[in-house]
Amino acid sequence: MTIKEIFDAMSYGPAPESNAEAVAWLAKHGRTFGHFIDGRFTAPAAGFATANPATGAHLATVTQGTAADVATAVAAARRAQPKWAALSGHERAKYLYALARLIQKHARLLAVLETMDNGKPIRESRDIDIPLVARHFYYHAGLAQLAPAELPDHTPLGVVGAVIPWNFPLLMLAWKVAPALAAGNTIVLKPAEYTPLTALLFAEITREAGLPKGVLNIVTGDGATGAALVAAPVDKIAFTGSTSVGKAIRRATAGTGKALTLELGGKSPYIVFDDADIDSAIEGLVDAIWFNQGQVCCAGSRLLVQEGIAPRFHEKLKHRMDGLRIGDPLDKCIDIGAVVDPIQLATITDMVNGSEGDIYRANTPLPAGCFYPPTLITGLSSASRLMQEEIFGPVLVSMTFRTPSEAVDLANNTRYGLAATLWTENVNLALDIAPKLKAGVVWVNATNLFDAAAGFGGVRESGFGREGGWEGLMAYLKPKAAAKPLKPVAAFPEPAAPEAPAIDRTAKLFVGGKQARPDGGYSRAVWSPKGKLLGHAALGNRKDIRNAVEAAHAAKGWAKTTAHARAQILYYMAENLSARAEEFARRLKDLTGTAGEAEVSAAIDTLFTYAAWADKYDGAVKSVPIRSVAVAMNEPCGVIAALCPDNAPLLGLVSLMAPAIAMGNTTVLVPSDPFPLAATDFYQVLETSDLPAGVVNIVTGSHAELAKPLAGHMDIDALWSFSSAPISKLIEEESATNLKRTWVNHGRTTTLPLPAKTVLAQATEVKTVWIPYGE
Amino acid sequence: MRESVTTLTPAKTQLPQVTHTRNPGMELDLDWVASVQANTSAIERRAATIGGRRSVKKDYQAAWLCKAVSLIDLTTLSGDDTWGRVERLCAKARQPVAPWMLEKLGLPDLTVGAVCVYHDMVETAVKALEGTNIPVAAVSTGFPAGLSPFHLRIAEIGESVRAGAREIDIVISRRHVLTQNWQALYDEMREMRAACGDAHVKAILATGELATLRNVARASLVCMMAGADFIKTSTGKEPVNATLPVSLVMIRAIRDYQDRTGIKVGYKPAGGISKAKDALLYLSLMKDELGHPWLQPDLFRFGASSLLGDIERQLEHHLTGHYSAANRHAMG
Repeated sequence: MTIKEIFDAMSYGPAPESNAEAVAWLAKHGRTFGHFIDGRFTAPAAGFATANPATGAHLATVTQGTAADVATAVAAARRAQPKWAALSGHERAKYLYALARLIQKHARLLAVLETMDNGKPIRESRDIDIPLVARHFYYHAGLAQLAPAELPDHTPLGVVGAVIPWNFPLLMLAWKVAPALAAGNTIVLKPAEYTPLTALLFAEITREAGLPKGVLNIVTGDGATGAALVAAPVDKIAFTGSTSVGKAIRRATAGTGKALTLELGGKSPYIVFDDADIDSAIEGLVDAIWFNQGQVCCAGSRLLVQEGIAPRFHEKLKHRMDGLRIGDPLDKCIDIGAVVDPIQLATITDMVNGSEGDIYRANTPLPAGCFYPPTLITGLSSASRLMQEEIFGPVLVSMTFRTPSEAVDLANNTRYGLAATLWTENVNLALDIAPKLKAGVVWVNATNLFDAAAGFGGVRESGFGREGGWEGLMAYLKPKAAAKPLKPVAAFPEPAAPEAPAIDRTAKLFVGGKQARPDGGYSRAVWSPKGKLLGHAALGNRKDIRNAVEAAHAAKGWAKTTAHARAQILYYMAENLSARAEEFARRLKDLTGTAGEAEVSAAIDTLFTYAAWADKYDGAVKSVPIRSVAVAMNEPCGVIAALCPDNAPLLGLVSLMAPAIAMGNTTVLVPSDPFPLAATDFYQVLETSDLPAGVVNIVTGSHAELAKPLAGHMDIDALWSFSSAPISKLIEEESATNLKRTWVNHGRTTTLPLPAKTVLAQATEVKTVWIPYGE
Repeated sequence: MRESVTTLTPAKTQLPQVTHTRNPGMELDLDWVASVQANTSAIERRAATIGGRRSVKKDYQAAWLCKAVSLIDLTTLSGDDTWGRVERLCAKARQPVAPWMLEKLGLPDLTVGAVCVYHDMVETAVKALEGTNIPVAAVSTGFPAGLSPFHLRIAEIGESVRAGAREIDIVISRRHVLTQNWQALYDEMREMRAACGDAHVKAILATGELATLRNVARASLVCMMAGADFIKTSTGKEPVNATLPVSLVMIRAIRDYQDRTGIKVGYKPAGGISKAKDALLYLSLMKDELGHPWLQPDLFRFGASSLLGDIERQLEHHLTGHYSAANRHAMG
């Protein structure tokens, strides 16, 4: 076209970003790569090609990591770890600071290489991904500097295995490497099969920072390599990826004692109320579902728009979609790049083609190749497949709602709980809705805002654990206290000549505020060490668990009571327990054979402790680098079930119950298996302390039997076990059904009372609510 | 993946509008005004990323910069303006870029969009522009504060029209916006529009004095309801003049008005746009948010005085490959 013709047409022309430097870097390595282990690249071995999805061009051949490669890398990380952990926080901070600076110095090379390998527009890799990577290392340089003083009772986990996805290759690397290293761990990271290149470039860059060898190791490969890393002798697995793989990792690591954080899929709601700035909400959708071709775990992919404005909203949205430009991701004037791989493209295509509803594809030129047009599907219902399943492509599905409470119900009508977005100009509405959404992150009048200072992560089948902030660092640390193997605690056997009690006492279950007979109709005699029949304990079964969980859900209003009110009830329990201290002490002596006064008094102390914490476990306002309040709210998990310690029949129960209910959870507690009668006596304390029905439910019975229905229950949000029975593995395995959070003792001793901060963190989810402001 | 080429109406469609129906205005719809929202932080985020999302290079950049030239209201609004100064400006308006450059660019007839002056300079400008199709715009109604007696403000419009101004840039009473007196704003605008007769009226909102983007959005809408042909950001005399966030708000209001009435209203950012790069940003914004019709002088103008100089230097760089100097280009 001549200038005159362009002058009349006013069209956009090509605006290519040069890839010369990135091509030169690939050429320098002969377009073949080994792993990066112990500070050096290994000789390339049999591997696979990684291609540019926008052009199909071969970029490089990388090595398929074998189990032996993984073992070598883990051994290198293991050797390097003690020295790395022994460095002062300041020394580690200097390395992380150097990495941040180096990321900035190589920013354009990293951005171009990322775009070539992944297909995302250069605007995103250049303006979003890489700056966030640098920010993550700066922020964690700070955490490394401060952690030894701020977290003196903690120690690194050891060697971290990280498996990351292809949608934000370098950013996800940063989210794993920065906190792992800051905390004093060493790491073995497997980048995604589709996108290994920036991880390899990063590895090279760490040498310019002088990072000691073995601290960072990169092993490339496919899912099999990832599985080998999960199976390797590491101390933690940090995974970001699909929910199905996350569940497999949960099962694979069950019972190994490896720490685990999972950041998984989502079907995040994007709620638009009728008083929203509609044009801005539409522009937000561009950043939500047409960011990175919709290949974003927290993409606002489920539009919920208030009925009255829906037709106009959809009309405007379609118009905006038509203006999106799809094409060469290295073009600086492109909104939407290539889908990461033809396989992914086929999946998206099939899902959309098979969908009901009205399908609108943006009226914008679509290049040939691995590209998919921005798509909107309206006229769907909650039951529609695409309303529930993650598409992981540039496809938005839409429904309408009538009222704020219906918006919340629809938003939460999903197995996932990663992020949520809401648009309204009414601050009352925004602050009412944000806490009600089941999500780890809520954006108000914005979307896809990220920062190293603000925790990111999900609930439900979107995983557990947070990345970013102090809460993210905690996932790479453990308490210093050493635990010993825990011997099973058995009930005292039936004596040859039983001694009957004067008056029979029948202990039932405590469900929904009432004492209930066990469904199975079985009870077990409980004997004192001296052979006295102390009474019978009901043997709860899976139906009793079902009933207890339902009662716990019926009591969910507890979360909305004020912390002050919850504290008052805990104090009242302490008062009532204190009034009956002698009776409980006698009971404990009868049950266990040891004097019970100290345990009763520790239980009263514990009730006071969590009454005190109820209104003091404060959230935080994070210092994020945009004009926004980013509030980290400590929210209750929901329904927490716990298998209580066997050896402390009263204190064990109270140590788990008190923090859980102080934070607003409702509970299903299985008391000490051999010594259940202190807990059944405690019913009367509960009944006389103004505790609403269903907040605490107690099901006595066999830990070994009840662990499975609890762990597999889809409506329990967290499960704790301090049982002496060997059930930790079973619990972790079964918990994969709904990816409930688990906290188990792995057959190790626990010192009571538990450290308050540790329990409180387990009893809460951090929800980050972003509220940009300004008028 | 080449973009489909839409050939636009030729560029010589300065006012009076020949391609679009002039805005007749409508009844004041207070419900609509009250429902308008503008979320400042979201608008700022959108504005901040436009530069990263759009880029034009090489021939495209040259063509876009020439387009920008054709959209400039070449302006002088100084207390020390003289007839000589205005004549020089008009000469520049007729020949905004050196002839050898325009020849090479293939656009020998390129002129600016209009010349914008105070009332006293209208006759001089009209005379100086004789034989061209370049209209003269007069700032009016007690510009820039708009606080002179109302009847004098209305009379001033008539004087300028009689002197030959084909466009009148009026200033609104900011106090009506700040006190949310939309009826008063509507009535004032209506009367000014009537006083303009066939001359087109640009409503200057003085956005830097309207305090909030919500006010900007509502004032934009009310002025369009009252018949403004253009809405314009600033007088150039406020502490803050045209900004991208303000522009986004005003052009979204224009889009809504078109969606509701079918009428296209023009947009003129004024003040503070002095770099070629900024001009390209604005053109991208207009193209993406409103579409091609708003890349023509009948619906879009830059109110600028120093922008042209920077564009000339960039164009010379495009043609020669060497960075240029201001002294190589004729002063306006």
